[in-house]
Amino acid sequence: MSSIDMKQFHAVFFEESQEHLEEMEQHLLEVDLQHPDAELLNSIFRAAHSIKGGSGIFGFDALASVTHIMESLLDKIRQGKLPVTAEYIDLFLSSVDQLKAILHCYRVGSDLDWAGVHTITKKLELVTAGQNSQPEETDGSYGFFTEVEAVTQSEDYGFFDTEVDDGFGFFDEVVPAESIGAAPASAVNSDLHNFIDDLLPGDSNAQSPVETPLIPVSAKSNEAASENKIKSKASEAISVESSSIRVDVAKVDQLINLVGEIVITQSMMNLLGKSFDGALGEKFQAVANELERNTREIQEAVMSIRMLPVSFVFNRFPRVVRDLSAKLGKKIDLIIEGGETELDKGLTEKLVDPLTHLVRNSIDHGIEPADVRQACGKNPTGTVTLKAAQQGGSIVISISDDGGGLSRERILRKAREKSIPISDNPSDAEVWQLIFAPGFSTADQVTDVSGRGVGMDVVRRNVQALGGRIDIESEAGKGSVITIRLPLTLAIVDGMCVSVGDQTFIIPLVNIVESMQPKECEIKTLAGDDQLLLVRDEYWPILPLYKAMQLEPQFTEAHKGIAVLIEANKHHFALFVDALVGQQQVVIKSLEHHYKRVQGVAGATIMGDGSVALILDVESLAAKTPEIPLSLAS
Amino acid sequence: MIEPAGVLQDNQEFLTFTLGEENYALDILTVKEIRGYERPTKIANAPPFIKGVINLRGDIVPIVDLRIKFSVGQATYDEFTIVIVLHIHNRIVGMVVDGVSDVVSLAKEQLRPPPDFGVAFNSRYLLGLATINEQMIILVDINELISSDELGLFDKPSEADASV
Repeated sequence: MSSIDMKQFHAVFFEESQEHLEEMEQHLLEVDLQHPDAELLNSIFRAAHSIKGGSGIFGFDALASVTHIMESLLDKIRQGKLPVTAEYIDLFLSSVDQLKAILHCYRVGSDLDWAGVHTITKKLELVTAGQNSQPEETDGSYGFFTEVEAVTQSEDYGFFDTEVDDGFGFFDEVVPAESIGAAPASAVNSDLHNFIDDLLPGDSNAQSPVETPLIPVSAKSNEAASENKIKSKASEAISVESSSIRVDVAKVDQLINLVGEIVITQSMMNLLGKSFDGALGEKFQAVANELERNTREIQEAVMSIRMLPVSFVFNRFPRVVRDLSAKLGKKIDLIIEGGETELDKGLTEKLVDPLTHLVRNSIDHGIEPADVRQACGKNPTGTVTLKAAQQGGSIVISISDDGGGLSRERILRKAREKSIPISDNPSDAEVWQLIFAPGFSTADQVTDVSGRGVGMDVVRRNVQALGGRIDIESEAGKGSVITIRLPLTLAIVDGMCVSVGDQTFIIPLVNIVESMQPKECEIKTLAGDDQLLLVRDEYWPILPLYKAMQLEPQFTEAHKGIAVLIEANKHHFALFVDALVGQQQVVIKSLEHHYKRVQGVAGATIMGDGSVALILDVESLAAKTPEIPLSLAS
Repeated sequence: MIEPAGVLQDNQEFLTFTLGEENYALDILTVKEIRGYERPTKIANAPPFIKGVINLRGDIVPIVDLRIKFSVGQATYDEFTIVIVLHIHNRIVGMVVDGVSDVVSLAKEQLRPPPDFGVAFNSRYLLGLATINEQMIILVDINELISSDELGLFDKPSEADASV
């Protein structure tokens, strides 16, 4: 029994430590060497301290030992006994990496890299020992009033460092509500004594001179106005702490599932209500409408639980850019915009790899070396911009750089070398698409950063697996923009309902170009049974859905039904169905959960009447049609 | 105390059902619910005995008709056709039967070894035979049957790769 309980605590500890490490890394990158921000250093220290505390309790010795040394060194720095230097920051960053590795080992239960642990401990020890200051006790032994002195001594000490030591716990325990409001106001250490007086036990809240309301959590801005930064950071840290709970994702998913059921039941009830007549029927309708509104709101609220700000993904990139630019000897500014845009948790996790790849590409291939940039009359420091924004039902993430842009000639040359089929006079857009071909790389030299050409096709596949699209725009000498368009959530898809025989199918709307009733003269029959549809001088192969799904259709001749023009991957085809039923948002349900994967089917959903409709997987359907490049056909 | 997993514990309860003329029984603990037959949504490229999928309160559940698979009786569907919804290895599967009769309690001693022939099912999927009220009942090892490769209801890793 007890071992199970410990395991539960372990999971929480791992989660929290991971967060602390990420926070530490982020703060380390923010540290301004000229004007180190005390609150920032404190946060770093706090994070190290929390990890140390937890790992001590659970007996994760490697974590504890590394964080312990880090903590002592950090303590000296934050007390101003040591200067903040780039070397220290680098050392701390590599320590964070090592800690992450250790944490991972503990988490998956694999063997620790003790050699790595010892190296980093040695390094930290050397640095610590190199400074001839006496060791300091950091835990708990401080009395309250000595700490007050310490606070008053150091100029820009934030008030909040007192909460660092578990031994005090004084302020938070007394009046937490007040200390939240008070923190920003006390950033400057005027009136510090008054302030502390106010916090003494027995003092009522009303007497406090700082009745400041809670400072709203400000989005992490990159502005360097240090005064503001301290304030927003302090209030942010606290309000996040007090207002969030940790919930198992499975519970949230179950909730989403159940709400989906309510929505379906509700729409069934609505249908039923329409058959009631008279005054009672009207009343029923009014109530049903009210219920509909409420369920919709519940659904939105529940879906929003799974939403995370994109900054969860973006925040790792300052580090990536810092390391890479140092390695490649390029100067690069990273600008992050729209980090507060929210995205489904499942999506954010799967975005990390493709985005990392694209950012690395931008830095390695996109941004030119500083001397080249200067020769072109550009700012020697390159700029990479990561941007996220919501546009209707989708999230658009773009990675842009002000580098050299894609080289049309080089891509075409490479394509010919690899004998990738290309038309005689391809448009720019078609040329850019070529870099998504497997094994394609235009980098003159293969580096350990990029250039092996395994990347872009994987990136595109990952994005498509998320139901998204990826586009490239590029201009020689000006730079390129790569845009990823993703659905808001994984659980819901905007779809077009079509019918074949007595069954309904859903086609994801993103793949639909247009729908039309073809004329008999527009349909050309090829050898065999294959048919082509001529739309505005382009031939689209026709795929009858009834054949793919083995059904008895209403119509077998394409001109009697509807042709839905579909674009998927590199394929274009016209899906021939009986009729269009309507456009609808549907909740994606897994077929594999109780059955298995079915070719041509991405999943299933439950319609308003409770019946099951299959969601088509256009990618795999596309594989059934002959590939005819549009340009060749015309 | 619950006995460690044996084939059959003392006085285990079974749900008896009919397929065509034959009486069968399965472990009642695998039964999630019993419901009337509703027309499922057909699935492309599925074998004929997989009738399709239905919505079971938000879960998409496959429906199998063993009468087709093992050529027992007539595969007809009317208002008396019954689906036994089974919960096996964390999956839910609906099984079409001609009728559900009773819940019986059987002791080990009442069980006879299954015959090698004369029964529609391979003896691999049988626990044994029992006689109740002078009627022969065939005890089906439903876990084994539903998760068997022969029915192919569950994805095997290799299959999943091949279908890409």
